[in-house]
Amino acid sequence: MNKRSSWALPYLIFMILFVVLPLLLIAVYAFSDGNGHFTFSNLLAFFTEPKIMNSFLVSLEVALENTLICLLIGYPVAYILADKNLNKSAVTVVLFILPMWINALMRTMATAEIFHALGIQLGKGTLLFGIAYDYLPFMIYPIYNVLNKMDKSYIEAAQDLGAKPSTVFLKVTLPLSMPGIVSGAMMVFMPTVSTFAISEILTNNTIQLFGSIIQEQFYNMMWNQGAALSLVMLIIIGLTMFFSNNEESANEGGLL
Amino acid sequence: MNNEDIIIRLEHVSKSFGDKKVLDDINLYVKKGEFITFLGPSGCGKTTLLRLIAGFLAADSGVITMDGKDLNGVPPHKRELNTVFQRYALFPHLDVYDNIAFGLKLKKVPEDEIDRKVSKVLKLVSMNGYEDRDVNSLSGGQQQRIAIARAIVNQPKVLLLDEPLAALDLKMRKDMQIELKEMHRQLGITFIYVTHDQEEALTLSDTIVVFNEGRIQQIGTPTDIYNEPQNEFVADFIGESNILNGTMLEDRRVSFIAHDFDCVDEGFGENVPVDVVVRPEDIYIMNNTEAAQFTGKVKSCIFKGVHYEMFVDTDEGYEIMIQDYNAFEPGSVVGMLIKPQDIQVMKKTCLLNSFEGTMTSDESVSMLGGEYDCPKTEGISKGDRVRIDVAFDRIDLLDNDEDAPVTGNVAFILYKGNHYHLTVITDSGEHVLVDTNDVWDKNDLVGVKILPEDMHITKIGS
Repeated sequence: MNKRSSWALPYLIFMILFVVLPLLLIAVYAFSDGNGHFTFSNLLAFFTEPKIMNSFLVSLEVALENTLICLLIGYPVAYILADKNLNKSAVTVVLFILPMWINALMRTMATAEIFHALGIQLGKGTLLFGIAYDYLPFMIYPIYNVLNKMDKSYIEAAQDLGAKPSTVFLKVTLPLSMPGIVSGAMMVFMPTVSTFAISEILTNNTIQLFGSIIQEQFYNMMWNQGAALSLVMLIIIGLTMFFSNNEESANEGGLL
Repeated sequence: MNNEDIIIRLEHVSKSFGDKKVLDDINLYVKKGEFITFLGPSGCGKTTLLRLIAGFLAADSGVITMDGKDLNGVPPHKRELNTVFQRYALFPHLDVYDNIAFGLKLKKVPEDEIDRKVSKVLKLVSMNGYEDRDVNSLSGGQQQRIAIARAIVNQPKVLLLDEPLAALDLKMRKDMQIELKEMHRQLGITFIYVTHDQEEALTLSDTIVVFNEGRIQQIGTPTDIYNEPQNEFVADFIGESNILNGTMLEDRRVSFIAHDFDCVDEGFGENVPVDVVVRPEDIYIMNNTEAAQFTGKVKSCIFKGVHYEMFVDTDEGYEIMIQDYNAFEPGSVVGMLIKPQDIQVMKKTCLLNSFEGTMTSDESVSMLGGEYDCPKTEGISKGDRVRIDVAFDRIDLLDNDEDAPVTGNVAFILYKGNHYHLTVITDSGEHVLVDTNDVWDKNDLVGVKILPEDMHITKIGS
């Protein structure tokens, strides 16, 4: 090992301890029963136990709805923020990002308290409100970024070629902001599928999302079953990442 | 001018960005089928004018008409013209075919006709076979061709080109110039072309409009502009030139560089100060000093590819630039000749600085945004509005701007053979003209110093 590559050693140890080893442990637990024997039954439970499958489908549904809500609210906001004529100050952008500086759990509990105070029954509606409130900035920012960096001469060129404002938006602005939309959708969709505490607080535990099921299993010392479901989620997230990254330019709109 | 031949007319068009006046009372017309070029240094307002015509900006005042119809309030997508953008602005999410077909599809042209038109226009810009290519995979020159194709496929009445060749390398630019000229001839549509490259303007245009600081300096054919510049800015900006102070002695007789010459200009009057322009290639240089009109010594000689560029110090102390196919060694004594038709005489725009100000006491005046000491003048007292005249060579420019009441930036420098003629724009936005032997650079910050005895003060309105 030459001198320079030895600098990577601390990071290598870190990666092994905190990334590779835990992943391996998850895999080992997922494929073994309580006595340490190899088995597929933990994984099969995902498909055979109606409760797990149901909560997974509910999670997907909630995540899709949340992504859609965030997109419908977030895109116009990002568009307005990026338009120099409509938004003349950078402060307004910060105002939309500001809620992210406060811990999501605290915001969620506060939201639940407000619903209590207003006498609104906790349920799916309040859940969607809460998670949309939590994840909206993750949708706004990548879209804002893409729109902000977009060369305005594309819009002028479209106008010049005879496009009226609505056509300019549909044929040029929207397609060119797709990387931001994809990036924003990923950043909202994936965390929503795996969220657990938020759904408990905002629904009084009447709706159990996939994340809550996994948490419950570990809570009840069913480590092997919990590890198997974690693995399923990991694969699903990995697959969505893989397909969105195949959209060549998706990284342009990244949050980082 | 017959109205039917005019496609675009601008009357008293002005535009400001904040406090800065970018276009000031522009009047011009564009003839049908003409290749007209807006030429000027960066920041002169030429691109702003193009954007006003395209409709991306609205004028503060004035009227722009196309085919006699007022364009005010007409959005860009309803104007019958198309633009070729400086950075091409090809849609990156569409391939070559869809970029070119963009405008036709919006007009609901039948598909087979779009196919036909796209392949025809691709042939015109020598890009046939590129229909399915991704625009990002094309070189700069190819992207430029597609941008031109995308505009002309719509058969606009007027094609606007905003420095379309600026991003290309020299060789490519020359080739594209020839192709553009050829395209203009084939298509027969009006081209309005914006550039800061004077050579490009001279090569391409039927008519050139020279801009500086938001105003039109001269409108004319390339030969007019080159051979008969109307003021020192045009003479200096277009091609190389010797610009010299002279005196019109009488019709067809002018004196400069301490010699009298025959010329072809008339009607200036007798003994009137003028500016004289002589192109460096129009001065004959020879070893024979007997037959020469004036003589001098070669100071430097540089090979420029086709010709040699020489600076000659005349016996009377003027520096002249000469271009010739033959080289004359530095240090050699040479004789020079200028033919009457090669001398261009221009009326001086002004003979001395004239500022307006207010007396702040009997011996001080507020002008140019500062306070100056001034001579006590009979009949003028505190509070009076006055005009202060100062000769060009009586103004001192100081390095240390704190020593002068007013500071400014050197905006324009002209070498006049034996001194520099500078235009300084003060912080208050006024122009001060200065003759000096000191060497300053453009944009230098200078202090403007004027001694009381060099001011001539008269009361305004008395």
